[in-house]
Amino acid sequence: MISAKKGDWVQIRQIVLKPEERAPQVPEDTKKVPLELWVKGIAQEDAKIGSTVEIVTATGRKVRGELTAVNPRYIHDYGDFVPELLKVDMQLKEILFGGDSNE
Amino acid sequence: MSKDMSYAAVMARKNEIMKKAIGIDYSVFESGGISFDYERMMREAGYTLEEMQQIQAETSVGNTPIVELKNLTALARKLAPKGKGARIFIKDEAANPSGSFKARRAATAIYHAKKHGYKGVVTATSGNYGAAVASQAAKRGLKCIVVQECYDSRMVGQPEILEKQRACEAYGAEVVQLTVGPELFYTFLTLLEETGYFNASLYTPFGIAGVETLGYELAMQFREKIGRDPDKVVITHAGGGNVTGTARGLLKAGAKDVEVVGASVDLSGLHMASDRDFNRKSFTTGHTGFGIPFATWPDRADVPRNAARPLRYLDRYVLVKQGEVFYITEALSVLEGLERGPAGNTSLTAAFALAQEMDEDQIIVVQETEYTGAGKHPLPQLTFAKKNGIEILFGNPDRDEPGKNIILPAHPSDIKIRDYDIDKARASYIKNCINNYKVTEITKEDFEFLVRDAKTDDSFVEGVLSELNVKIK
Ligand SMILES: Cc1ncc(COP(=O)(O)O)c(C=O)c1O
Repeated sequence: MISAKKGDWVQIRQIVLKPEERAPQVPEDTKKVPLELWVKGIAQEDAKIGSTVEIVTATGRKVRGELTAVNPRYIHDYGDFVPELLKVDMQLKEILFGGDSNE
Repeated sequence: MSKDMSYAAVMARKNEIMKKAIGIDYSVFESGGISFDYERMMREAGYTLEEMQQIQAETSVGNTPIVELKNLTALARKLAPKGKGARIFIKDEAANPSGSFKARRAATAIYHAKKHGYKGVVTATSGNYGAAVASQAAKRGLKCIVVQECYDSRMVGQPEILEKQRACEAYGAEVVQLTVGPELFYTFLTLLEETGYFNASLYTPFGIAGVETLGYELAMQFREKIGRDPDKVVITHAGGGNVTGTARGLLKAGAKDVEVVGASVDLSGLHMASDRDFNRKSFTTGHTGFGIPFATWPDRADVPRNAARPLRYLDRYVLVKQGEVFYITEALSVLEGLERGPAGNTSLTAAFALAQEMDEDQIIVVQETEYTGAGKHPLPQLTFAKKNGIEILFGNPDRDEPGKNIILPAHPSDIKIRDYDIDKARASYIKNCINNYKVTEITKEDFEFLVRDAKTDDSFVEGVLSELNVKIK
């Protein structure tokens, strides 16, 4: 099981509002789920994933929450290759720079 | 003494928290009714154009280049009737420190916070503004917290917002991420109260005025380069600051005859606060989910009086489709050699269609670009869309259903604009004023304010008021 050591850069989670505490104007599907919060900081003690830990954030705030990740990775990327976009690119070049048949 | 931190108690302290966190006494500009003195607020709570140019120059914001898109113009001319096809230009706002025009807004906000002795700033935004605030705060040595609506209940984040998190953290900020819902505002208030930091709202007079330099620069650059003002300026519209600031800057340059066109991506049918819909859209800003609500009720923002009032400035408001914007993003890349981010390409898509209605000797300008990259590019966005069950098709973009499919135009001639009826927006704004202030009669001052704020005439406002059985005192 992954665990954090005091001094590690970690991410924690809190439940801000339970489903029954959600604002009246939110749509039905949103009302069924809690309002959750994630924030990163330096662990102030050793902890296991899922247990409560205190962190100090980049601005120096002390926050407690459930440990969700250690040295969290940025997971966004350039995605898969999307063949539809290649088709667009080829069409554009063909229309603008292609042979006389397109005139 | 520990304060009551319950949702209801914190929301009830909203005005008190906000007053401390912005340092503007809005009551000075109030009339006690619907109207307030907008121009006085912009004058007294904001900065002069010269001051803003100076403030922005200190952190290398602004003075972005204008690029003529000759190949895109050539393509538009191939599709347009003979003699039609205006020259298309773009202002490369991606050249700003954090990669978008939002640096202009953040520059003045952070300057103001620093001047007034705040130790840090908090801002509520999932967009480029967060990165802009983080970047400017870094430069001026202030602490920074960015509060983002980022995930759905499965902790799946919109890739573009994940990229903003990364950018904010790269600039040294703390990023607080939340699941979908308007109660983000509650968390935002608790952070302001806890830290005593400045609320770097998107909608303060100095934030909006920070965009005036964009419109002003644009007019000056055209006079220098081409010898005259452009005919149309197209502006991607969401919360309304882009339209408001740019148009005010154009007016300050004396460019009174330029047509101001707002453009948004049409996301009708998707609910912005829905956990399910949240990750079914491929655009996180510049869309109708913000554009229409903010135009028809600007005072929904996190300040008592929103300085972004797009209806005051819009001459025309047009909608484009998600698939069309992806198509034009590719065109900008393969025909112009410019890889730029999503939001600016919304107005570019509109400009591409609008140019085909205009004469060849006319000029149309897209007033911004933004940076692109992991998460923001069409590849990750379409990958994400497919993963969320959205179909990617070729065909007629008019048949698209946001949240179900994205229709890439089968041919560039399928790209067009749909005019949104501005009078409908005006009427809806007036109705919202009446409903929110719960009045059955209004003063002469309120009446004149509505005429100005909706950029219309007496008879139009009289018409809407009589439908609502509201009298003028
Ligand atoms: C790059 C970019 N363009 C345009 C917009 C729209 O600006 P506004 O919200 O002021 O209408 C935004 C902000 O959401 C943005 O980040």
